[in-house]
Amino acid sequence: MGYKILQKRVLGPGSKMMVIEAPYVARAAKPGQFIILRVHEKGERIPLTIANADKKNGTVTIIFQEVGKTTIHLGLLEPGDELRDFVGPLGKPTEIKNFGTVAALGGGFGTAVLYPLIKGLKAKGNYVITIIGFRTKDLIFLTDELSAVSDEVHITTDDGSYGMKGFVTHALQKLLDEGRKIDHVFAVGPVPMMKATANLTLKYNIPTTVSLNPIMVDGTGMCGACRVEVGGETKFACVDGPEFDAHKVNFDLLSKRLRMYVKQEKVSLENFKAQLEKAKEAV
Amino acid sequence: MPRKIIYERTPMAKLDPKERVKTFDEVALGYTEEEALKEAERCLLCKRPPCVAGCPVHIDIPGFIALIQQRKFVEASEHIKKFNPLPAVCGRVCPQEDQCESKCILGKKGEPVAIGRLERFVADYERAQGEMRLPEIKPPSGFKVAVIGSGPAGLVAASELAKMGHKVTVFEALHEPGGVLMYGIPQFRLPKEIVLHEVEYIKRLGVELVTNFVVGKTMTIDELMQEEGFDAVFIGTGAGLPVWLGLPGENLLGVYSANEFLTRINLMRAYKFPEYDTPVFVGERVGVIGAGNVAMDAARSALRAGAKEVYILYRRTKEYSPARIEELENAIEEGVIFKELVSPVAFYGDENGWIKEVELVRNRLGEPDQSGRRRPVKIPGSEFRMPIDMIVNAIGQRPNPIIAQTTPGLEINPRHGTVKANMKTFATSKPGVFAGGDVVTGAATVILAAGAGTDAAKYIDYYLKNKDKPGIWDELYHME
Ligand SMILES: Cc1cc2nc3c(=O)[nH]c(=O)nc-3n(C[C@H](O)[C@H](O)[C@H](O)COP(=O)(O)OP(=O)(O)OC[C@H]3O[C@@H](n4cnc5c(N)ncnc54)[C@H](O)[C@@H]3O)c2cc1C
Ligand code: SF4
Ligand code: FES
Repeated sequence: MGYKILQKRVLGPGSKMMVIEAPYVARAAKPGQFIILRVHEKGERIPLTIANADKKNGTVTIIFQEVGKTTIHLGLLEPGDELRDFVGPLGKPTEIKNFGTVAALGGGFGTAVLYPLIKGLKAKGNYVITIIGFRTKDLIFLTDELSAVSDEVHITTDDGSYGMKGFVTHALQKLLDEGRKIDHVFAVGPVPMMKATANLTLKYNIPTTVSLNPIMVDGTGMCGACRVEVGGETKFACVDGPEFDAHKVNFDLLSKRLRMYVKQEKVSLENFKAQLEKAKEAV
Repeated sequence: MPRKIIYERTPMAKLDPKERVKTFDEVALGYTEEEALKEAERCLLCKRPPCVAGCPVHIDIPGFIALIQQRKFVEASEHIKKFNPLPAVCGRVCPQEDQCESKCILGKKGEPVAIGRLERFVADYERAQGEMRLPEIKPPSGFKVAVIGSGPAGLVAASELAKMGHKVTVFEALHEPGGVLMYGIPQFRLPKEIVLHEVEYIKRLGVELVTNFVVGKTMTIDELMQEEGFDAVFIGTGAGLPVWLGLPGENLLGVYSANEFLTRINLMRAYKFPEYDTPVFVGERVGVIGAGNVAMDAARSALRAGAKEVYILYRRTKEYSPARIEELENAIEEGVIFKELVSPVAFYGDENGWIKEVELVRNRLGEPDQSGRRRPVKIPGSEFRMPIDMIVNAIGQRPNPIIAQTTPGLEINPRHGTVKANMKTFATSKPGVFAGGDVVTGAATVILAAGAGTDAAKYIDYYLKNKDKPGIWDELYHME
């Protein structure tokens, strides 16, 4: 039992990549799908997008940002340690076809999931413009990997410490202003980034796909924690998504629902930090 | 000498309502040996026992009660297990008042024999003996069977098939086995230790249990059969998809499906947060929509998790509640407030998206519907609002469509999303694939699921032994 961590890499402050031994998941995984994991016996179930799946070696790569108790705990584990639970692949795979020219936008942790998507898009003969945005230079990761598979890579930072100053939407706007023809946009990242992308591409009438990240429990359509509103209808992101038509998503509802447990998340994190302190003192 | 008839049943001790709402400990404490003997003595050991006809799996009720009378408690439990492999579970959760006990001869003039409590007593007695006695297991047949889902249907099918000598693997989507017994029915009604004991039992029989495996996603049924070499498949995936009313405001924060609320509490142990990582939100004034077992479990869990006032919002009246009477009474004893003849119309929230009010419309009872229950009819203009800060939607469940969508050749009833199966053999339209439990009937009961598991195992065994017989699948799918 258990799912072994085979590799771990620090991508930047607070963002880590892990390669997990999970042959069944690796075998079935397709771009756009996710897994749910539990770190330990009393842990919560959290969804993470599959950043890469190696069918031959039976491994799945995950990339995560340390933002709460579970991801911080996960980040403390080392190769050789085991995750308690790891299930997938969940959700619908991305519908990848030949669109023509595609812009793939990644914001922060969202960048993590662009890799399999871009590889898939390239395989179908698309021209792929990758635009990735970070808060600041230190947080930039995966550029080499993404450059290797994209036709163009544009990088933005909020503070201008690297690449273009501004958000990914500014970079996209610039390309559109230059008269570049873009046939489809994919956007993965924090809700405000996806919302801004949707607003921009709606003006230009460019079909846009976003990958939503609501709170989940089972990930199989059983609980409805992951409810999102798309085109006025309720959808379960874990089975109907996670990808949806950006122009139909109710992003405000998504932001609100993501805040459902902010208080408890704080308690959990403080509790965990206190435990870590105690453990340190004991040593 | 004719025995003296005792019309009152022996009471069973329960935790005090004021105390028990503070914990998730089991409410009903079960009989002591003396109490069980006293209650068993009431049974007339009828020659043609009507109670047996009321039992969906036809347990030889006078047979096991006679063994109790002789103080052969372990034998009594073993006797029940010939008919129902899950007596400790069913003794606690079966709606006996609608089944065996409703038919008991003593019920004509007084109270029926407390068959469920006796079933529970002997099963608990046997478990307390510690040593798990394993039945005879036939020599390996060489056949491999995949059981999908580890609820009562899957667990029972797996144990029966293992005893027949087949190599059985159970695939479960969640991280813990047990199905609804684990994620739905709360600790205070069905301690999880009992479910784990049953799981341990099937493992000892040699069944392999694979958790974190979503059939249809991790691997499809076709892959299991064609690539992994399973000779037959049993689908016992239950009815786990929550039904929504589609009302305005349903996605507000604080509006839960019963499945989510109960899963957080039971499976994820959110009532022990932050010792356990999973949080749950519990409002001060909670409204639970529906009045079945699921609704009662949600209402009573909310009270225990700290809600001040909990309302059952039901469109009919109490006597039409499909919940077990005992649990309805327990809920009311604990302070759950029953609001009859109301249906929700809309939910209203604050600027942060949290639910603040529910709008309800009053009903009156109209003509009886197909189920014989009088239909609620909305009274126009009777809408009113009620302040509420949490809602649990417990109006029903349907089968999850993942298997249906990923299994070509498997016929589904379009209206309810249930898998079509022969009700005697449990064969589906897809050769080699059987199905039983809630996934076939829609949300029903533990005993019906367990019974389906037992019967399906018999026909799976028959199928495996006659696989090469021409027309075998037609025979199974169309058997009268
Ligand atoms: C809150 C609640 C209270 C109840 N109270 C009572 C009661 O008091 N008395 C009573 O008799 N009945 C009660 N019931 C009903 C009873 O629990 C069910 O009828 C019974 O559990 C059905 O058994 P099952 O084996 O068909 O399915 P389930 O118990 O639902 O088990 C199905 C299992 O299959 C798994 N699964 C689903 N899809 C897949 C997949 N694709 N791959 C792998 N695994 C999968 C699920 O995770 C689950 O573990 C209650 C139900 C609920 C929800
Ligand atoms: S009907 Fe009642 S009295 Fe008769 S055998 Fe059944 S439980 Fe005993
Ligand atoms: S996470 Fe439970 S239904 Fe989607």
